Amino acid sequence: MIQPEERLAAALARLILDPTAPPARHIAVGAASPIPAAACWLVRKQGHDVRLSLLHKRSGNPFTEGTRELFDLTGQGRIDLFFLGGGQIDGQANLNLVGTGQWPGGGASGGVRFPGSFGSAYMYFMTPRTILFREEHSPRVLVPQVDNVSAPGVSPPGVFRRGTAQALVTGKAIFRFDPARARFALESAHPGEDAASIRAATGFNYDEPASLPATPDPSDAELALLRGPVCEEMLETYPDFCARVFGRKAAA
Amino acid sequence: MIAQSVDALAAMVPDGALLALPPDNSLPSVALAKALIRHGARNLRLLGVPVSGFATDLLIGAGCVAEVQTSAVSLGEAGFAPRFTAALKEGRITVRDATCPAIHTMLQAAEKGVPFMPLRGIIGSDILAHRPDWRVIDNPFAPPGTDPIVLLPALSPDFALFHAVLADRDGNVWLGRRRECATIAHAAKRTLVTVERLHEGNLLEDERLAPGTISATYIDAVAIAERGAHPVALLDEYGFDADSVAAYARAARTQEGFDLWLDEHVFGRRRETAA
Repeated sequence: MIQPEERLAAALARLILDPTAPPARHIAVGAASPIPAAACWLVRKQGHDVRLSLLHKRSGNPFTEGTRELFDLTGQGRIDLFFLGGGQIDGQANLNLVGTGQWPGGGASGGVRFPGSFGSAYMYFMTPRTILFREEHSPRVLVPQVDNVSAPGVSPPGVFRRGTAQALVTGKAIFRFDPARARFALESAHPGEDAASIRAATGFNYDEPASLPATPDPSDAELALLRGPVCEEMLETYPDFCARVFGRKAAA
Repeated sequence: MIAQSVDALAAMVPDGALLALPPDNSLPSVALAKALIRHGARNLRLLGVPVSGFATDLLIGAGCVAEVQTSAVSLGEAGFAPRFTAALKEGRITVRDATCPAIHTMLQAAEKGVPFMPLRGIIGSDILAHRPDWRVIDNPFAPPGTDPIVLLPALSPDFALFHAVLADRDGNVWLGRRRECATIAHAAKRTLVTVERLHEGNLLEDERLAPGTISATYIDAVAIAERGAHPVALLDEYGFDADSVAAYARAARTQEGFDLWLDEHVFGRRRETAA
């Protein structure tokens, strides 16, 4: 029985290894991101030479200059890939992590306040590519236009920017992003979904192939790595995730 | 310098002060936040370096805070920060949103004693649109009109507050690799630190400890507060107490629940009628 999280991790790993994308030599993974972290570990355990900086690992934090070191590294172009999500994501890949309604969200006039932008208004510009990941795939998350832009999906010519979204991965589907057109194209649907169900759950417009592939299942080899060595690496930081997805408990 | 009590440190903070606080993964002094609540602090302005967590939610819930400047407020796995969310909805606090590296950069400018520093990114974000104190200029080292870049003003907090592991009798404190605490100590006008315990000997005389030490040059007062970061983690000293934070998050869904939590965990008055 393949868990949905395992399928998502394997799908993210394939995107990381996409030979048409800029190389991923150093990947940073932010807080509360067990599925992207699993994808990165899967790539590593497949034998690819990639450096992982897991920002919320309790032991072995990679940075010795405090949290600003991540941003300094990224400013220099030393971080190749980052993952971002958002309370709202729109069809131009704009991200809203601040809130809905009137700025800054969640005030007396209504709307919801999200935690905040974190480093998105910087990281989205400064990494050669970003994979957008949000498990909830619904019209309230995938909106025609975000209420507030925390981090813009594309920038006008002349604004320094190393990259944009490569793809958007949700609990229902995978989209690719074309920065020249600032538009997503549906690439595959996860099991149980089809073109119509994806269209109904998505608030923004996107391109769609005539025949929609299914998101592939993880291979036996990928599953064995996820449930074995990947889980081992993740137990300390994500014990609840490992127990739920891989059925593993950390040693007391 | 060491003999101060945590409550004496809190009494040094005037109402309305701008306080720089590290987030839950970077050594906040929860003990000092609780002491500020007992002290009855008001109209504090909090700076999350670069984001805000448990201590910020406590201070907001206790009515100590007028403004928060931060890049995010969250209790991590325990979800959104309940008292922050409620105070924002009721219009009791002002939020000035930033983005993580912008906060580091503003503090680094203060650290260097320069009036501003540039930062990439941000252009096109509504964060910039809501920060009249941030400017976009034309990079003076590039051909004219080819490279817009954001300038951020230096930011010097009135106080830096954090919790470290060790202090010596000379007033140096050790916290290992969490160097953002050094940045805020350098940038702030005054720095108040709680520590787990006293270190015999001078931390700066030990080559292995010196790189993780903040010199007493930057430290104004230190108090010992055992488990002073709890319920958040302190390096390899103790872990994040997820059960306690989750229990707080449940209690703080309402002001009444929060007030009961304060009674027990800040004022040490367990109400016998409490459920």
